[in-house]
Amino acid sequence: MLKLLFDRLLTTIPALIGVIVVSFLLTRVLPGDTAAYFAGPAATPQAIEQVRKQLGLDRPLPEQFEHYVLDLAKGNLGQSLTTGQPVLSDIKARLPASAELTLFGLILALLIAVPLGVAAAVKQGSTLDHACRAIATAGVSLPVFFTGLLLVYFFYFILQWSPAPLGRLDVFASAPNEVTGFYLIDSLIARDGETFRASLAQILLPGITLAIFSLAPIARITRASMLSVLSSEFVRTARASGLSARMVVVTYAFRNAMLPVVTTLGMVFSFLLGANVLVEKVFAWPGIGSYAVEALIASDFAPVQGFVLTMAILYIVLNLLIDIAYRLIDPRMRSAT
Amino acid sequence: MSAVPLLDISGLTVEFATRRGVVTAIQRVDISVAKGETVGIVGESGSGKSVTSYAVMRILDRAGRVAEGSIAFSGLDLTHAPESELRDLRGREMSMIFQNPRAALNPIRKVGHQIEDVLRQHARAGSGDAREKAIEALLQVRIQRPEERYDAYPFELSGGMCQRVVIALALACRPELLIADEPTTGLDVTTQKAVMDLLVDLTRDRGMSTILITHDLGLAAAYCDKVIVMEKGRVVETAAARDIFTRPAHPYTRKLMRATPRPGITLRDLLPEGEASPLPPPTSGDKTPLLKVENLVKEYPRPDQRNPIARFMPGGKAGAPGPFRAVDGISFEVARGESVGLVGESGCGKSTTSMMVMRLLDKTSGQIMFNGQDIGALAARDFARHPLRSKIQMVFQDPTDSLNPRYTAARAIMDPLYRLGGQSSSGTARARCEELARLVGLPADLLDRFPHQLSGGQKARVGIARAIALEPELVILDEPTAALDVSVQAVVLNLLADLKSTLGMSYLFVSHDLHVVQLLCDRVIVMNGGRIIEEGAASDVLERPQADYTRQLISAIPHPPV
Repeated sequence: MLKLLFDRLLTTIPALIGVIVVSFLLTRVLPGDTAAYFAGPAATPQAIEQVRKQLGLDRPLPEQFEHYVLDLAKGNLGQSLTTGQPVLSDIKARLPASAELTLFGLILALLIAVPLGVAAAVKQGSTLDHACRAIATAGVSLPVFFTGLLLVYFFYFILQWSPAPLGRLDVFASAPNEVTGFYLIDSLIARDGETFRASLAQILLPGITLAIFSLAPIARITRASMLSVLSSEFVRTARASGLSARMVVVTYAFRNAMLPVVTTLGMVFSFLLGANVLVEKVFAWPGIGSYAVEALIASDFAPVQGFVLTMAILYIVLNLLIDIAYRLIDPRMRSAT
Repeated sequence: MSAVPLLDISGLTVEFATRRGVVTAIQRVDISVAKGETVGIVGESGSGKSVTSYAVMRILDRAGRVAEGSIAFSGLDLTHAPESELRDLRGREMSMIFQNPRAALNPIRKVGHQIEDVLRQHARAGSGDAREKAIEALLQVRIQRPEERYDAYPFELSGGMCQRVVIALALACRPELLIADEPTTGLDVTTQKAVMDLLVDLTRDRGMSTILITHDLGLAAAYCDKVIVMEKGRVVETAAARDIFTRPAHPYTRKLMRATPRPGITLRDLLPEGEASPLPPPTSGDKTPLLKVENLVKEYPRPDQRNPIARFMPGGKAGAPGPFRAVDGISFEVARGESVGLVGESGCGKSTTSMMVMRLLDKTSGQIMFNGQDIGALAARDFARHPLRSKIQMVFQDPTDSLNPRYTAARAIMDPLYRLGGQSSSGTARARCEELARLVGLPADLLDRFPHQLSGGQKARVGIARAIALEPELVILDEPTAALDVSVQAVVLNLLADLKSTLGMSYLFVSHDLHVVQLLCDRVIVMNGGRIIEEGAASDVLERPQADYTRQLISAIPHPPV
């Protein structure tokens, strides 16, 4: 297993190098002049030139890249010009917020979509099956910012069930002691029921927004894969040996049907990372998505590069986890290394 | 025979709801199985033999339903019993084993656990003794080292071993009735014999009743007390196994009997009486070698040697076995106009050999001389453009899978004409295609159909027409009839023999079935473990085998008692 981890990590190195090069080049070709932006609207051309020199933007691209890579090797992602903080500490502070939201949405989606998909397959053609299809189609066809706004309109503005969509906690509550950076978990560790409730109330609407969006692919894949497994020969054998319906569906069909679902999860997660940017904007969530967008608008390179790199690493780690999960479920993968 | 049969099926009609309306799969079928009796249900594909057994177990898929008739098991009416009661019966009182044993087992669950599941379901074992009882069940199907096999996954076991596990699963709760649906199709003959002998021993010891569903008359004759012949959803004949072969009453039974390859007959004997023209005289040919294979070797790296990093790991690979030799230095010749059979069980290297001759696979060492030219020296990927490429053609095992589903029959046959024959105008290609269709006996009006609109035999003809389109000198036949019903096989084999004498081709016939090979081939090469075990005239090898291995192969083939 360790060797496998090592091998898999080796294969991610070219991908990381690619990400570093592309994110560097992309930020350079984007329209907008950083120096002009930071010199201010009233600056003279000389002042802009001076800022440019200060930022090192007057040097040739290869040299800039060399500096960037050398800094990166020292763990220095550069300085954000908008916040004035090192990018690394900005990301460190904001990543838990995004991660908590994304994972919350993904787990919520799994909890709903997997049972729904299984039920739809077991009772193929039933009302439930059609309902599953309708929910999935609706979920995927509504853009996240729209679902988000709709939820805010109903649950905050009309019904007033939910607190104002302004960040991770309302203004009167204080953040729990940081252990994991996830407020839900940290407040539980601190045995602070009030903070837990407060942060749950805040995360519920954006979490549901993300969940609705990722429901469709998970439910559809679960249903399709359950259907094919249920008609397979070993399920027929299980039925012919008189195993109970529960045993056939759960132990025999479900575990086999989960294999393609686990593969899809990686993809769904990357969709969610993208969707996150919009959802964070709508709910004023202090995550790295909104951070990156603001930096991008300001032509602030360092945070954008840091964001892309962080996402790439997240994605690689996640895929590694999925690979491992796959091996745990499927013994055939274990021997085929 | 006891007065009340264990299983009594009477007037059973099963219908399937399809998009094109209701289809009757079986119609008014009557079958009775006495306690301790072994009943064979024989028929070709589409005869309804499997549907009958699914109806008994009540595991028909959603679209199927029993429209009429009754199934009584120990006096209980199965067609109206509630599902909960049936679940108790399945696996405990009646169980079933299936074709393709590997697919019949849960791929990601240990085989021991799968047996335990059944034992626990029927309260034959608790959590304390389940493991012990599962191992005992494995021991009873004569699996060596059952404690180790308990932890194995199906993909780690051979096909024969998987079928033993499936049998252990089916017999774990000592049911009274066992339904075996083509239990040995796809297994090698020697494995088939071992599995069938085991099955008969176990069921006989326990006084169980068995229904053996098979397309193989020889198998039914060798292992059954009573045989039921089904055709198109109806029972056409029911008789004691001994009588049905000596005095087959129904014309369909007679036709099946004739079509079953057996020793001491010619190809024409397979066809219905009066339908066959006399066999063309054996082509003497000029006996110059067309294909000459010398010291051919194909090695594959073992799985643990494939990883390039592993080689540099400490611990070393010293003393590790060398690469696996799928083909281990074989030499043989095929003369012009001769047909040579390449026989052996799965894994013997016969398919690897044919792939190398076909130049789809690169050899490790040795020579492949074709028409005096060493085609083995050419890389497999370059051979596609070589002028000799059109002179070697292949007919594949599965007539369905080897046709492009989006090509019509005509397009499939014309494909080699376009690619290698230099034909570009569709007019001349079409004319040649129609000529080929006539040659293989494919009606011209079927040429514009797609594969799914053709029967198995028709698809086989398309595959053959495609192979002979460029007038090859050597045709490699890779089990061309293995997926066909016996009556269709009889026709296709005769067609191949006729084509050979008209067109003067040579055949390299790869097969696991010695009887079929003997009918079509002049010479036979028996392979085992990548080496040639025996070689000689077809009749000599079959009647006076020299090697022990050949004798073993021949004695494992079940014979109808004629």
